[in-house]
Amino acid sequence: MAVTDAGRLNVSRDRWYNNPLVRSIFFQVLLVAAVLGSVAWLAHNTTTNLRDRGIASGFGFLNQRAGFDMVTFLNVTAESTYGYMLLAGLVDTIVVSILAIVIATILGLIVGVARLSSNWLIRTIATVYVEVLRNIPPLLVILFFYLAVLATLPDVKNAIQIGPDFSLSNRGLFMPAPVFGATFHFVVIAFVVSLIIAWAVRRWAYARRMATGQGFPSGWAGLAIVVAITGVIYLLSGDPLTFDVPVKTRFNIIGGWDLSPEFTALFVALGVYTASFIAEIVRSGIVAVSHGQTEAARALGLRSSHVLRLVVMPQALRVIIPPLTSEYLNITKNSSLAVAIGFADLVAVGNNVLNPTGQSIEVVAIWMAFYLGLSIIISVAMNWFNARIALTER
Amino acid sequence: MQKLLVSIAIAATLGLGASAAYAGTLDDVKAKGFIQCGVNTGLPGFGNPDSTGKYTGFDVDYCRAISAAVFGDPDKVKYSPLDGTERFPALQSGEIDVLVRNTTWTMSRDTTLGFTFAGVNYYDGEGFMVRKSLGVKTVKELAGATICVQGGTDTVTGLADYFKKHDLKYTPLVIDKLADVNAAYDAGRCDALTTDRSGLAANRLQMKVPDDHMVLDEIISQEPLGPVVRNNDVQWFQIVKWVHNALLDAEFLGVTQANVDDMKSSPDAAIDRLLGVGDNDFGKSIGLSKDWAYNVIKQVGNYSDIYERNIGPKTPLGLQRGVNAQWNQGGIQYGIPIL
Repeated sequence: MAVTDAGRLNVSRDRWYNNPLVRSIFFQVLLVAAVLGSVAWLAHNTTTNLRDRGIASGFGFLNQRAGFDMVTFLNVTAESTYGYMLLAGLVDTIVVSILAIVIATILGLIVGVARLSSNWLIRTIATVYVEVLRNIPPLLVILFFYLAVLATLPDVKNAIQIGPDFSLSNRGLFMPAPVFGATFHFVVIAFVVSLIIAWAVRRWAYARRMATGQGFPSGWAGLAIVVAITGVIYLLSGDPLTFDVPVKTRFNIIGGWDLSPEFTALFVALGVYTASFIAEIVRSGIVAVSHGQTEAARALGLRSSHVLRLVVMPQALRVIIPPLTSEYLNITKNSSLAVAIGFADLVAVGNNVLNPTGQSIEVVAIWMAFYLGLSIIISVAMNWFNARIALTER
Repeated sequence: MQKLLVSIAIAATLGLGASAAYAGTLDDVKAKGFIQCGVNTGLPGFGNPDSTGKYTGFDVDYCRAISAAVFGDPDKVKYSPLDGTERFPALQSGEIDVLVRNTTWTMSRDTTLGFTFAGVNYYDGEGFMVRKSLGVKTVKELAGATICVQGGTDTVTGLADYFKKHDLKYTPLVIDKLADVNAAYDAGRCDALTTDRSGLAANRLQMKVPDDHMVLDEIISQEPLGPVVRNNDVQWFQIVKWVHNALLDAEFLGVTQANVDDMKSSPDAAIDRLLGVGDNDFGKSIGLSKDWAYNVIKQVGNYSDIYERNIGPKTPLGLQRGVNAQWNQGGIQYGIPIL
């Protein structure tokens, strides 16, 4: 406590209750008790009132059979429990958020750099992109992508065939799913081993360059090592990979992997929408780097791509990362707009759990806890990254 | 995020309110001067805003009938358009006084939500709509199909039950808002759309080309729809229940919106009791005036008037009375007598 360092504690007090230390402890205990007391009082009142009105309460429903079907990444059926359904919704939310974050980051970086391009056309396109997308509500962007996809693509009967096994229709993009044979784990082991060898080669090449200044194409060599070793083992273990090819039936295409229009529309829409904000963050980060840095790098004879990658970006990242964290959190939260297009995310599943059970308070509490948990995980990860790239002061 | 707000409202009313006895809804309604009625966000024939933003429909007329019974004026109603998942929290929190929104009476809703159903104003069942070009005639032929369904409804459960019972596979596409479900089906995202049969008739009219679509004859579940109130106010429950029965009794006794004034001088004692003629004062027992049912019939009509005006054969929906005819005319609607 800062107070103890202030030296005021040495002043003798005539009464114990005038002691600042006692007082500060007393008020902190009082505050904690008041907060906990209010929470307990609210919880008690709520449960009592729910019971008096004959409204079911508690979390017992999580173990009951759900009795409805949804399409999620985890395999759920009507026999799954409500709890498992909600978990499947959470997984869907996480998957769609991660994909949207990847798209938004890559696209945002490109557009942000393009905003500062010396080429008028590139600069203008990037500006129009940012100004259009960041001024439209995300729900409209999602609906636009969804309905545009549905309106443009043909129905199953007239599906666009891409090669013999890929087909694109308003039911989604269907592709063959790999089926791994019994000996496939040898291939996985070979792949991992070859990666380690490639990494060792890279280290050796780096050490040699530091010592002698001689370059070595370690990237290409590594790729050759991985392809050669994995390929040979794959053939030796007897071609263990087969494919489950989607088949057209009366109504639908069944089997294989599919990318549904709902899922695609959601992560693409969230990605391109948030990219417009990330582009501005990237631009501001780059502008924040003193121009003298760029000039110095150029004076050293670095190519402009190297100036950006080695000099400007490492410094810009310090400005970019903190607001970028907020955008990642926004993506996660905006993914709840999935309810509008029928993607089974956490909120969409929760709505269907809420109806038969009627336990809205519990379901909303679960939503809040899950989103809070996700947000905290993202924040912690980004803070760790931020600390890593922070300017090391010596 | 109306849902979240409503849930917070519930948490607030239930959490902050000490568990005192609940004040009468009738007194509250009279004090504020209108009834807050939960209706559909947009289901033609049942609850739907017209071009001027005024709500009309079969369920909306039930709200108006309750208003006529309480105030002698059918227009003292404010409407809360609610989607499938918003409706129950809205009633639990007290945001609305009565919910008349194509809501199926089921045991869990009756016993675990703190509600009570005041009657069945429409006997319905879950059906399917498909494109005529598919050539599908029965529900079982839909094996392997993608089926659009509105989330937060018991239709989702009915669908899962049926396909499980017949050991058939299907792919559900669950969307929250009815308008979005319709849009997805109309865009060809699904092979079939399922909801209550009455709703299908309305949804078909909202398609770009209604004649390209047909409703299958089969019905896969029982869906008794009716008005719902909270279960902590018996008087208000009685009012809603008896307005419903008065509508049915009036049709059974031949009292219509057109002839209700003449019927006041009818020799039939049952009609006198219904209309509060002479010494008859049945309104008193539910806290209303003696001419409560007269006001309802005069200003809104009897059950048949309401049915024919909104959803009957002469309307765009064209729903035959079927099981919703009076019991003596081949249906199962049966008014409890006012006696």
